[in-house]
Amino acid sequence: MPLPSYALGVMEASVYAPEVLARGLPSALPPAQPSEGRAEPTGLAAQAAPLLSLQGIGLSFGGVVALADIDLSVHPGEIRAIIGPNGAGKSSLINVISGVYRPDRGHVLLDGVGYAQVPTQRLAHLGVARTFQNLALFKGLSVLDNVASGLAYKVRSNFAGQVLGIGRSRGEQRDTLSRADQILQFLDLSPVRDRLVGTLPYGLQKRVELARALVAQPRLLLLDEPMAGMTASEKGEMAGFVRAARDRFATTVVLIEHDVGVVMGLSDRIAVLDYGRKIADATPDEVRNDQRVIDAYLGVASDNEDGAGI
Amino acid sequence: MTAISGHFSSAPVLPKWIAPVLLIAFAYGVVPLIGSSYLFEAILLPFLALSLAGVGLNILTGYAGQVSLGSAAFMAAGAFAAYNFNLRVEGLPLIGSIVLAGFVAAAIGIVFGLPSLRLKGFYLAVSTLAAQFFVQWALTKFSWFSNDSASGVIDAPRLSIAGFALDGAVGRYLFALTIVAIVTFLAYRLVSSQTGRNFIAIRDNETAARIIGIPVLKTKLLAFAISSFIIGVAGVIWAFAYLRTVEPDGFDLDRSFQILFIIIIGGLASIRGAFFGAALIVVFPLALSRLGGLLLGDVFDSGVLDMSQRIVLGALIILFLILEPDGLVALWDRIRRRLLFAWQST
Ligand SMILES: Nc1ncnc2c1ncn2[C@@H]1O[C@H](COP(=O)(O)OP(=O)(O)OP(=O)(O)O)[C@@H](O)[C@H]1O
Ligand SMILES: [Mg+2]
Repeated sequence: MPLPSYALGVMEASVYAPEVLARGLPSALPPAQPSEGRAEPTGLAAQAAPLLSLQGIGLSFGGVVALADIDLSVHPGEIRAIIGPNGAGKSSLINVISGVYRPDRGHVLLDGVGYAQVPTQRLAHLGVARTFQNLALFKGLSVLDNVASGLAYKVRSNFAGQVLGIGRSRGEQRDTLSRADQILQFLDLSPVRDRLVGTLPYGLQKRVELARALVAQPRLLLLDEPMAGMTASEKGEMAGFVRAARDRFATTVVLIEHDVGVVMGLSDRIAVLDYGRKIADATPDEVRNDQRVIDAYLGVASDNEDGAGI
Repeated sequence: MTAISGHFSSAPVLPKWIAPVLLIAFAYGVVPLIGSSYLFEAILLPFLALSLAGVGLNILTGYAGQVSLGSAAFMAAGAFAAYNFNLRVEGLPLIGSIVLAGFVAAAIGIVFGLPSLRLKGFYLAVSTLAAQFFVQWALTKFSWFSNDSASGVIDAPRLSIAGFALDGAVGRYLFALTIVAIVTFLAYRLVSSQTGRNFIAIRDNETAARIIGIPVLKTKLLAFAISSFIIGVAGVIWAFAYLRTVEPDGFDLDRSFQILFIIIIGGLASIRGAFFGAALIVVFPLALSRLGGLLLGDVFDSGVLDMSQRIVLGALIILFLILEPDGLVALWDRIRRRLLFAWQST
């Protein structure tokens, strides 16, 4: 696919293809289709254009090479896992995709539009949401308000309208809260709706962060170790939520996870990183039998199972 | 924090607006009848002005997380701007002058808030000192601001709201009360709006806030503008209703710190906290001087009072920071909950 030249080398918010912005808005999403099983989307995806692709991404910090010449394509509706030992560059990759880091080399293409650095401030408008490896919730807000803040990018009323309760602010507020409530229900968080988020147990906080990302109904959801530090049953629950989110909102998911069992069951394809290089990119079964992966990662997984890379 | 006021599912839950409405009714209906002029002049007027300044600073520092040491400068800007609008614009009602003064303070707030786009915490606090020194310097240096009076002193005009003249201590009290009540109500609405949530989001995790699409730069400057507006109006009350004659020196760094202490002691990110903190800051020196005079007699002169005031206040602040970082409000809520609980279990 040819790159629109104006979109290359964009650093700050300047020129973005307007039609992409329009498509990026969740309100412009086609009605979510329930997906037909796990194998299907992969088959379909092979023909469809990738939603996300990375081309020759390189990133280093001083002497440390975090990412080296990474190519990656993720197709619509796919759940794509990224695995690799600690320090392999997984979080760096997500930070590049979400514009937190600017790669030294290469481009990120979202829906065919290339960026030298993804504009973080426009990320939500582009239909991309993410969670963080370490919780990044707003401690001083309730669960509901945390989730509602995931819709802040759509707010068009100004503070004066909100204070006086006039103009479009009332409708917006009602709409925001009802959408937040729906997501809370979807993720089984309604019972803790009004709790201060910092008072919740860790596992629930992770789920609130997923809710905050999901409430915008993103087309691309980036999850950095959403199950880290959870018990086996919590992990299973979380995996169920991720799959349900994909099925219900037709969201494409990029997921970092250390627990190989969870990853194998959940993902359509798995990319394996080691020392900043991509050493495999295949289906779970192929990855399971890949000798380089076994050497690099699975070999150490047995004594690294719990709490790895938290 | 507002959200902390936890619910007791089984407690008799009164609507949240009952307490403030009763308080306002009492402040309008009862206090003017029973209050002495000492109560108004020495306690209630400074309390109202400082509470409002605390509300303003709390929006910036408590909610949006941007530390400022320039509060007194915005008070001064408000006071001198209102004085000049009132003096120089023919036929402008006093309320008009006050609103315009708020806008002047807000504009200055935006200018001195620009460093917040790059600086955080301690460095930002130091850069807001620039506002403190610049405004005080400008007001002293250019006598135009004080209509060429000696040493920059300005005298307050006669107070009125919507044509009603408000003279005497009670009148000035009602003037201050009305403005403080209205602005506080709007501030309360603000902090529970989407904009208020954005403030807290930026305070708690700026990166996450940016990622989910909150316009971080715009929101920070908005916090500076709104906060400075409110502090500017508080400055007008301070100058026009409380002191009646002020000079730029009255709005020095000490005053900025005083307002910062008010929100630390009262409770960060709480509208009520500003009132709790201001009450303590106003009443405490008076109580101390009474007590000192009673216990020590003549030895307890103004020098000793001043010193002991500073020592006790300093100790209080340290205690609060360590033991009750959420301030008097949290303390109050806990006591109230205990009482409620005790009352229920009987
Ligand atoms: N902001 C940064 N500054 C300096 N070095 C960094 C930074 N971010 C990442 N690195 C380095 O880049 C390398 C890759 O880090 P990254 O966090 O991407 O690994 P990871 O695969 O997510 O590891 P983990 O499983 O422990 O989370 C590491 O050597 C790390 O120290
Ligand atoms: Mg990581």
